Amino acid sequence: MRVLYFAWVRQRVGMAEEEVAPPETVRDVAGLIAWLSARSPGHASAFANPRTIRAAVNQDFAGPDHPVAANDEIAFFPPVTGG
Amino acid sequence: MTPRIAIQEAPFDLGAESARLTAGRTDVGGLASFVGLCRADDGLAAMVLEHYPGMTERAIDRIAQEAAGRWPLLGCTVIHRVGRLPPGAPIVLVLTASSHRAAALESCAFLIDWLKTGAPFWKREEWADGTARWVEAKAEDDAATARWAPA
Repeated sequence: MRVLYFAWVRQRVGMAEEEVAPPETVRDVAGLIAWLSARSPGHASAFANPRTIRAAVNQDFAGPDHPVAANDEIAFFPPVTGG
Repeated sequence: MTPRIAIQEAPFDLGAESARLTAGRTDVGGLASFVGLCRADDGLAAMVLEHYPGMTERAIDRIAQEAAGRWPLLGCTVIHRVGRLPPGAPIVLVLTASSHRAAALESCAFLIDWLKTGAPFWKREEWADGTARWVEAKAEDDAATARWAPA
């Protein structure tokens, strides 16, 4: 599973992307956030307030209960501010 | 109608992009444009724009297709710059062409409202005193997008 981070989420985690292999009990975006949070203090800081985090699964916006699978590309970032 | 979508560091040329949508055709009666600029709030040194390559293009293409489904568009261009931009620099260009002005104007407003809330870009402000901060999403942008929701 490829996980990408953008904007201040990337800065707090300390990397732009990583390859992870969570256990099968991690089934959705919310579960992945909880699992990633335990990986490092940086991850914990980035995900401290999940309400400020948005996610995409395979480059489509995805809510907390969107399923995640081994070959997915999953991204975490703050609410968007383009335009 | 195939939208032209570009994410680039380089500046864009409004005249050249307008000509590109209308060249060789006589059915366009209205061409609407929106150019977003980097506003020089007090002490702002630069705006740094980051995006999610791949998803950004997909998201904008989806928004453009949605616009094409709602208005009879003859052409549509969205160019969004990324990287470090000084105050006054153009950031985003939206162009829409249609037979009549209402469709061009409305779809142009729709596209820029949606771009603000539906495409993965993030702005970081760099200040003259050396500090930097990520721009926070604004509730009024969500409200601007929401006004386009089907009744």
